[in-house]
Order: sequence, then structure tokens, then C-alpha cells
Amino acid sequence: MAIYSPGLSVLSQNAALPPDWPGGYWLHWLVFVVIIMTFVLASIMGFIYFERRGIGRFQVRLGPNRTGPFGILQPVADAIKVLLKEDIVPAKGDRIVHWLAPVVAFVPVLLIFAVVPFGGGALLADLNIGILYVVAVSSVTVVGVFMAGWASNNKYSLLGAMRDVAQVVSYEIPLLLSIVGVVLLTGSLSMIKIVAAQDLPFILLQPLGFLIFFMAALAEINRTPFDLLEAESEIVAGFHTEYSGMKFAMFYLVEYAEVLAISAIITTLFLGGWRGPLLPPFVWFLIKVFGVFFFIFWIRSTIPRLRIDQVMAFAWKALLPLALLNLVVTGIEIVALPAISPWVIILINLGVLAVLVVVWSRFFKLGGGRVAV
Amino acid sequence: MAVKTELKLKTEPFVLNIGPVHPSTHGVFRMRATLDGEVLIDLEPVFGYLHRGIEKLAEGRTYTQVIPLTDRLDYLASMSNNLAYVMAVEKLAGITVPERAEYLRVIMAELQRIASHLIAVGAFLNDCGAFMTPILYMIREREKILDLLEMVSGQRLTYNYMRVGGVSQDIPGEFLPALRKFVQRMPSYIDEYDQLLAENEILLARSKGVGILPKDMAINASASGPVLRASGVKWDIRKADPYSVYDRFQFDIPTGSVGDCYDRYRVRVQEMRQSVRIIKQVMEGLPEGEVKAEVAHFLRLPVGETYAHIESPRGELGFYLVSDNSIAPYRLHIRAPSLINLTALRDMTLGWKVADVIIIFGSIDINMGEVDR
Amino acid sequence: MTLALSGKEIAGKLEEQFPGGILDSGADSVTIKSDLLLSVASFLKDTKDLEFDYLTAITAVDYSRYFELVYQLTSLKHNHSLIIKTQLYDRNHASLPSVSGLWRGADFQEREIYDLLGIKFDGHPNMKRIFLWEDFQGHPLRKDYL
Repeated sequence: MAIYSPGLSVLSQNAALPPDWPGGYWLHWLVFVVIIMTFVLASIMGFIYFERRGIGRFQVRLGPNRTGPFGILQPVADAIKVLLKEDIVPAKGDRIVHWLAPVVAFVPVLLIFAVVPFGGGALLADLNIGILYVVAVSSVTVVGVFMAGWASNNKYSLLGAMRDVAQVVSYEIPLLLSIVGVVLLTGSLSMIKIVAAQDLPFILLQPLGFLIFFMAALAEINRTPFDLLEAESEIVAGFHTEYSGMKFAMFYLVEYAEVLAISAIITTLFLGGWRGPLLPPFVWFLIKVFGVFFFIFWIRSTIPRLRIDQVMAFAWKALLPLALLNLVVTGIEIVALPAISPWVIILINLGVLAVLVVVWSRFFKLGGGRVAV
Repeated sequence: MAVKTELKLKTEPFVLNIGPVHPSTHGVFRMRATLDGEVLIDLEPVFGYLHRGIEKLAEGRTYTQVIPLTDRLDYLASMSNNLAYVMAVEKLAGITVPERAEYLRVIMAELQRIASHLIAVGAFLNDCGAFMTPILYMIREREKILDLLEMVSGQRLTYNYMRVGGVSQDIPGEFLPALRKFVQRMPSYIDEYDQLLAENEILLARSKGVGILPKDMAINASASGPVLRASGVKWDIRKADPYSVYDRFQFDIPTGSVGDCYDRYRVRVQEMRQSVRIIKQVMEGLPEGEVKAEVAHFLRLPVGETYAHIESPRGELGFYLVSDNSIAPYRLHIRAPSLINLTALRDMTLGWKVADVIIIFGSIDINMGEVDR
Repeated sequence: MTLALSGKEIAGKLEEQFPGGILDSGADSVTIKSDLLLSVASFLKDTKDLEFDYLTAITAVDYSRYFELVYQLTSLKHNHSLIIKTQLYDRNHASLPSVSGLWRGADFQEREIYDLLGIKFDGHPNMKRIFLWEDFQGHPLRKDYL
């Protein structure tokens, strides 16, 4: 099997292959790519159905219930509708970039799932830099979004895309810093090891880190209250105003694939991944992912949206300092109190969380205001 | 000699047409906005997309035939428009309206005010980015009001209920019990809306201090209704110049203090509570008797002119009526509060970001049917 | 109750200030010469005890022979009101000084009157059609339109 490049052979050595599996690396690769693609698309359909029904309940209405039993075929109907629609490119838009943008946005999101551990050992590749890889790959999506905004030759699209670039670049930093806290506790960047280290879910050991990560992640995936780039009431639909048909479907998929990825990463980093009593690991994983997703669309259906300057201020003035402090506190705990019971650390960390959030909210003021013109 | 160079970030303003087809312009309104990045540096409102020439049409119709035209002015508050128009005709003709009809008119006008404010507040929160949830809760209650109004008039939107000299027909037997039930429940529904968002941190950050309309400017720009009151002017035509039987009921005039978007929102919510209070008193005192005075079919008004005004949900709605003793008005001018409230829009929005422009515009609560006529 | 000030009384006061400028007075209205409009308006706005700080509405009526402009003034402070009328006889070049400098609320209303009745307001910052499109012919609310 001399066809492996050196880099890939490292992958195959680390990949947690079940010993009784036939074939080698390529079979593993093929099987998992098919499984992951299927899983991602199926879960996205599940998500869409779940969100539409769920938001329906939040908004005192029924939600889609006409297609199939309980409307369960609604995502299928949506997909068919959107695929049959005419594909429109603005007359003065940049045709090539306009065509390329959804692809550029979609591929990185799919790549994330390569390292997400769905169950004990069930993953495409156990990179020893797994979480770093996730962060690196996921931020490429913004390029696709910006291409879409630029190529559409539409001012709303451009406004939305500019907002997205500013927002995603800013929130990358607190996002990473909050992950570092987890990495400090684990001593590894590998997703498998991070899950294995969570005898207690890290949400307890890193409550502040979890909060920061969750908020930064909402901004990364442009969910309420940070859904500025597609703020319907302001800039119509943001970067995908000029998209229709299959290309729009791709962006729609990106949106939900991102949510799925973020839910999976939150599950992995803070909620103990696939671990749980009684039920099989994969089921636990799914339950947690859907739980996180439920929380995300609960927020979506409840609270209003921030303004762009407030969003930026929140990243740089609130989340970044808090993330740094969280890092310092975690570091001190690891160095100074290595042998102490985790329950004491949990208490300390909850105290730190309460104090910091209360103190910060006193000094921190959201929002600039009127600019003199 | 050293050459002095100045490094300055150069930006180029661009024009963005917000509307006439835009999710948040509440109809076919267009704002020609000049933006510098996200900041608004100039704004010109463009009207006329819904101009139907109602003032001209009225000159070719009999006095009774004009009533359905007034339905189409502010289609969220048809009852109020009916009322203002028939009051103008009655004032010029010197017709006295039976007691019971006056009471019924007050009930309908106040129900209409609640229905209209529900849409106004819901749309405002929707503009703030609270994705559909608040407005759907409010539409739930508005439905109940529409059911009530349908009971008396047979219509859900364009009621055509008021007549010169009274109302078109007496209320059916099931109306009062249904109204009583509604009035009992409505205060707790308003509490529910307040619990959802009134003190929400993001909503406060978005709307407090945003789009301030100072008191003197509000008066100078002839603002009226909730917009004027939110700026701290205690001016309500129901109190200042009582019409119909409003002088018999106890109610307060809620006012704001600063004149920002949040004040306008709160004033509307408070007014809903006051309207419920008025309806309760009207129900207690509702007399028996005729609901329509004897009025000639082809009414001829004496030569002259008159002006009648009411406090419609959007402000001072006035009808200036000139008669030449024919069966049709010689001239009918409508003082449209929506149009005149927009006078200060440019001053309120300059220097704010696009997102603020949308909510400032939303907080004024206009209705294009009335703006363009 | 908003007190409708007696037109006769106000006409007396105005006559002192603007001799010969008052043409007529009714129960709640005063008719003035059109060229005096701006000075009368600022007099009514700034005089103590009158203080008409709120311009409720401006209306124009086409009486075929002349246009009548109707200014409805209210004082929020004293809660009283007055109607000022003025007449324009030149149908082809009807024009009037704009009061939008005194009351911003006149801005859109004057544009509306220009649009629908073709009365020009001198000194208005943005005198163009408001509802109808720019190359629309005629002014629909005139009685001789159509």
C-alpha cells in the first residue's frame, strides 16, 4: 500500500479503526464519507423539521403539518420545491463568483464533520489537532459568504456580507480562547481525548468557558441574536438576497450544517460527547446535539437582534477579556491545585463565573449611538 | 522641507433604496437612504405608491358612499376613520346622534385602537429582530377583536359600520358577553407581552435613546398621537377636545419622557390598557334605545365648511369638509396623521445605523393607506 | 375642550399690527391678505397669550374663482385654536410664502397641496410633487381637472 502520501499515512495510523474491519484506510475513508454525508443531510432534514415545528409551538401556531404524518416530509417538500426553482443570476453580477460562492461556503462545513466523534471511535479521522482543525476549517465559510455578497451586485447583499466578515473574524478570538480552557484541562487537541477526559462534563468545570463559547459560536453561525447578516427586517435576506434554486438550497444547507457542527462541537467539548449511561453512545450523542440545537432555536424565537456596533463591542469589550480571565483562572487552578477534588474546582469556577458576569455587566455598556453627520 | 501627508480613511457614500418592496417598510414606502458604510447620512422619504386619490373620488360620491372610502384609508383602523368622517358630516349637518350609538362608537373605536396598537407594537418588535414571536402572540388577540368587529359589521377589515347619525345596525345578542370575556382577559395578555420582552436587555440596548424626537421638535413638526405623547407632551384629543361621549369616562394619558423608540413602544402598550379601561366603563353605562337618527337618504348639507378630528390610533385624524348644498362633498380633505408624523423622520434617523433606521421608522407606526391616500 | 378663539377678537388684534391686512373674520376664522401670511403667522406663533405652536393642518380648496388656503392652528399650551384663511386669485401662477420655516409640520402638507392643486409655496426647501410622479400633467384636485 505504497500509494499513501506520508501525511495520509499518519492519518491512517491514528484513525481508530475497529480491529475486525476488512480493508485498509481507503475502505474506511469511503465508508465513513458516505456515512457522514448521509448523516449530515439526514440530520439537517431532522433539524429543519424540528426547528419549524418547535418554533411553531413557540409562536402559538402549529407549524408545518400537511406533508406526511405530522408534516414529517416537509423538509423533502422544501427540497423539491427549491430544486425545481429557476436559477437566477443578477444581470450585472459576477457569474462565476456567484456560482462558486455556495460551494466555497458549503465544503468547509462538511469538512468539520471529519473529526467529530459520533460515538466511541466512530469518526473519519482522529486528528491529534482535531479541535484546531475544526476552528481552522470552519472560518473558511466566511469567504464563500463574502463572495456571495460581492458577486450579487446588490447593496443589501454587500452590507450583509461585510457584517458577516467583521463579525466572524471578531468572534473567532473569544471562541478560540474559550477552547483553550478545555484543552488545558485535557492536555490534548484530539476530540477523542477531549471526550475521554470528561468524567465530569466540562460544562461544570468550565462554566464561563462554555458561556463564552456558546455565545461566540452563535455569532459564528449567525444565529439570533447575532443574525445580522441575514437580518430580514433590515437588509431583506443579506448575502443570499439574490440567490434562488439550487444555490439558495446550498446556503440553506450551510446554515443548518453549521448549526449541526456547532451543536456537535459543543457536545464534544462541554457536554461529554457520546458518553452517558444505559443508552448506546451514538444515541447519547444525538440526544445532546438535538438538545443544544433546541436551545439555539429557543433563543432564536425569543429575543431580538443586536446592532452591528453592539455586536462588535460585545466581542471585543466583553467576551475577549472574560475569555482571557477564564484562561488565567483555569491555568492557576491546574498549576496550583492539581490534586484537589473536581467538585471544589466546580464551586470555585461557578463563583468566578457569577462574580465576573455581574461585575462585567456593571461596567460594560452595549452600543455606541448616534454618529454626528 | 518636510512634506506633510495626512493619512485619512476615505469612504464613499452610496445610495440605498429601502423599499418600496422591503419587509420592514410596512407597505409600499420608500426611503432613499444615503449611507456611509452602515451610517445613514441622508434620507429622503418617497411617497405615492399607494395614492388612490381618495379625496378626489369622494367629490363624486354621496355622503354615505364616502364611508367605504374612508375604510380604505388606514386599513388597520377602519372604525376610527369611519368615526372621524361621520362626525364631520354630522357637525356640518347639525345631526344629533342617539346615546346608544355614541356608546357603541366608543366601544368600536377603542377596540380598533387596541387592534391597531397590537399590530404596531408587534411589528416594531419584529423590526427589532424578535423573529415573528411577539407579533404572532399579538395577532392572536387581534383575531379576537376582529371576531368581535365582524359580529357587529360582518367584515373583518373594512367595516363600513358607522353611519351619518349613528351606526348601521345594533349589536347582536352574543356581542356583549364575548366583549366582556375579552375585556377580562386582555390585561393579562398585555402582561404576557411585557414579560416576554419589555425589560429585555437587548431590546433596551436597541431602542433606548435611539431615534429621539425632542419635545419642541415634536410639536413643531405637528407630530400627533403616540409619537407626540412619547416625547412628553400630554396631548390627547379625547381629553383636550372631547368628542362623542369620551368626557364621561375615566382614563389616563400615558406619556413618555425622552421621545425615543422605547418610549413610543411603551406608550402604545399603556394606551392598550387605558382602552380596556374605557371599554369596561362603556359596557357598564351602555344605554338602551335607537342606534341611528333619522337621516335623509340623499343628504344635503348646508353650505359651509367644518373640521372634525378624533384621536385615531396613529394620531390626530381630521376631516375638513366643504359643502355646496349638493349631495356630494365639494371638497374633503383628510389630515392624515401617518403622513405628518413622518415629517421628522429624517431628523430622527440621521447619524444612526441602518438597523436603527428600520426600528425608528417602525416605532412611528405609519400606515401607507393613510399616508398616500 | 379646545377653545375656538373668536375670529372677530383676533381680527381686531391683527388689525392693530397689520392695518388693512384683514379682509374678513368669522366665528372661528380670520381671512387675511395672502402676502401678509408669513408675518401674521409668525405674529400668531410668537405673541404671548396666543402662542399657536402647533399647525394642525393646511388645506386648500378650489372655489373655481379663487383658491382658499385654510391654516388650522392650535396652541397646545393654552388649548385654543384658530383658523387662518387666505385667498389666491391667480390660477396660473398661484403662489404663497411657505410657513414650513415656522412650523416644520407644514413641509409635507405644502408639497401635497402643490402636487394636487398646483399652488407653489415660495421658500419651501423641497417644492416638488409628493404623491404623483414628476412628469404628471395637471393637478387633480382642481375643479377644472378632467
